[in-house]
Amino acid sequence: MPKLDRRLFLKGAALIGCSAAAHPLMNSMTFAALPGENRLVVIILRGAMDGLDAIQPYGDPMLGKLRRSLSVGPEGGALDLDGFYALHPRLELLLPLWQRGELAFAHAVSTPYRDKRSHFDGQDLLEAGTGNDLPVDWRVGGWLNRLLQATPGAAAETAYAVGVEQMRILAGKAAHLSWAPRASLKLSPQAQMLLEHVYHDDPLFRAAAQDAVQISGETTDIGRNPGPTADAEALAAFAASRLNAESRIAAFSIPGWDSHANQHAVLGRGLDRLAAAILKLREGLGPNWGRTAVLAMTEFGRTVRENGSGGTDHGTGGALLMAGGAIRGGRAFGDWPGLGEGQLYAGRDLMPVRDIRAYAAWAMHGLFGIGQDRLERTIFPGLDLGGDPAMLA
Amino acid sequence: MSFGFPELAAIRLGFGLSPLMPPPADVEAVLAGAANAGPGPEAVTTDTAREIATRFRLGLQALREDRPEPPEAQEAGRLLGTLPLEDLRRRVIRALDDPIGFGERLVQFWSDHFTVRAINKVNNALAMAFVDEAIRPHVNGRFEDMFLAADTHPMMLVYLDQTSSRGPNSPFARRRPQRHLGLNENLAREALELHSLGVGAGYDQKDVRELAELLTGLSFSHQEGFAFKRAWAEPGAETVLGQAYGGGRRGGLDDIRAAFRDIARRPETARHLSRKLAVHFVSDDPSEDLVGSMAAIWRDSGGDLPQVYRVMASHPDLASGLRQKVRQPFDFCVAGLRALGIRGERIARLELPEFRRAAWGPVEAMGQPWGRPKGPDGWPEGADAWIAPQTLAARINWSLRIPRLLLDELPDPRGMLVSAFGSTQSAELAWAVPKAESAAEGVALILASGDFNRR
Repeated sequence: MPKLDRRLFLKGAALIGCSAAAHPLMNSMTFAALPGENRLVVIILRGAMDGLDAIQPYGDPMLGKLRRSLSVGPEGGALDLDGFYALHPRLELLLPLWQRGELAFAHAVSTPYRDKRSHFDGQDLLEAGTGNDLPVDWRVGGWLNRLLQATPGAAAETAYAVGVEQMRILAGKAAHLSWAPRASLKLSPQAQMLLEHVYHDDPLFRAAAQDAVQISGETTDIGRNPGPTADAEALAAFAASRLNAESRIAAFSIPGWDSHANQHAVLGRGLDRLAAAILKLREGLGPNWGRTAVLAMTEFGRTVRENGSGGTDHGTGGALLMAGGAIRGGRAFGDWPGLGEGQLYAGRDLMPVRDIRAYAAWAMHGLFGIGQDRLERTIFPGLDLGGDPAMLA
Repeated sequence: MSFGFPELAAIRLGFGLSPLMPPPADVEAVLAGAANAGPGPEAVTTDTAREIATRFRLGLQALREDRPEPPEAQEAGRLLGTLPLEDLRRRVIRALDDPIGFGERLVQFWSDHFTVRAINKVNNALAMAFVDEAIRPHVNGRFEDMFLAADTHPMMLVYLDQTSSRGPNSPFARRRPQRHLGLNENLAREALELHSLGVGAGYDQKDVRELAELLTGLSFSHQEGFAFKRAWAEPGAETVLGQAYGGGRRGGLDDIRAAFRDIARRPETARHLSRKLAVHFVSDDPSEDLVGSMAAIWRDSGGDLPQVYRVMASHPDLASGLRQKVRQPFDFCVAGLRALGIRGERIARLELPEFRRAAWGPVEAMGQPWGRPKGPDGWPEGADAWIAPQTLAARINWSLRIPRLLLDELPDPRGMLVSAFGSTQSAELAWAVPKAESAAEGVALILASGDFNRR
């Protein structure tokens, strides 16, 4: 399809006699060697998922003292995982993955972000992958983009930001593609050529239009299904289709985790979407699921104590969910910090025991062979990688 | 190249040039335009919103009790379902018919600054009342009045969970120890972080908590309406940014009003909001001279918004920053309709499915689903947040299809080039438009161009 588009474009250009070489579509498409067969999917859970409710450490006797209606453990319908942790009932569809060793988690993780507990700064830092020594600033770009810069043979097709919204985690110097499951663009050759001309001196519009024409030619529109999980499933299905082709990295986000009140309903809806997205990735990837790691990350966790409105407020330590055939699943990674007196962060939040970036770094090390030095200096500047948690199968 | 102020003001401070209306002649005309943004005859009130919600809830209750839904409840449910579309339609119409446009741009800016979202359908009318009651009356007044009106409006109390916050030591909470009632910090945090001081300012978790305690007592329900409930309020004084409020006999809304006034007049607020206005209207990276001048007049005038707007509209950066901003999807659609010479009454006559195709669906595909921002920080400002392959495709598709949907006869693209850009027309577009194979593609080239999508 892209070849056809270019040929038509050439014809259109020739018809009105302008210089073909001046047009960017002429020299844009480069199909470089692929960086291997492994795949990484990052799902950003925007709004701060309550890790203590998603994966309930019911074996800690303090949990029931600090929470009355939330995180009740198996007595409240949660699914026991290992005698200490239980899976929220709305993640039930993922239990078979846990049993097959395709689902894992790390509790009490966080970015270096502390104390101000702003969603927006928290998400910016999570996607930038930087520490507190650098200003929270989008110009730094995202850590998946720096991964691309460090991957020999990475081309624009290697990474996809999926969905209508911008994914800062992929922002930066290295080319990548972005597209929404329901987008499409069909232009007459002449209109395409003229549009290329008017966009020519505006790099932002020129690059976006060029990608839109190419991607629209290569992909099929994923139809609109009804239902509350349809959007998340469409994102996952589109991501899977690109990962089955030439992409190896995909990122999208699932919003709606800010459960200040009525957490049962709010978190339940979020977990339904997350479970549906993971299952859709698994289904769509087919045999490639075995070489895929999915990391579902959120900007921070929520207060250990339940608040006065059946919810929880912004906290610090949270949970990282991992899925995929490339994950050595069916187990919890990392230490449990406890919920007792003096064990909480600032007397209110789950104490982070490990930087969430370390897990992402070890995943990139295992999947793409990125060296420790590069991970600690370039991709996550200032990160102490620590020991290998051996999370990959 | 230098451009006349009228064209510049229409493009940068309004919704672009129109073949039907002249651009504002000078700064005075622009500022006078801001006075047009007050609530119109179609304004929705909290009382109306409560009445519709109450009727709708009767139906929910009937269903729970296995009774048939009363017809008036069904009717309320249908109304609530279509209100967000009608809200967008009203906003498009007012923006299209506003000769200056600056006032409606301000409504868009301030409604986004104080983002609310009706998570449940039952609050769809209340979200409209928020703009008519808390934003429109104050866009041309003092910031502190808007700050108070917005952050104590029922829709904000619901959106940021203030309605479920109780003073841990309030009489209400103490009488019900088994319910473990307590604070909800959400509104207090966003009031400081997003609505006034900005996240970089020197406040801490204790300020957030004490402000949250000060805000306890604010209540709203569709049954009872808005009230300050003394029984919910945390007793004693609260210290926010070093200043103590309450604790005496006064209490209640007066203390909240005093705290909001003080926060609104802080230099950090002047700076944060001057910069935010400059970023929205002038440049993603505004000059220190512009931001500093706006912040200075903000401080000197106690946040008198028209004076701040005047500094922005008179500043040389208005000219030098032309096309540094990308029009957000709503602004783009309005600007497109305006450039096509379409009037509000044409939009008013559209059947709902047509309006869905012409505006509701497109702004979503362009990345700005109406009334559904992701979080309380509202829509992003950066050009790169709006122009990606999938969202630019939606803008191009709109440019190709929607003019034909709305007009029996398209304008001559060569004439439209002049009426839409005036002296700001670029050589690239002047070269390309006459080569289009049809009027539809010529018009689409104009609307989809970078020149038109920028301002």
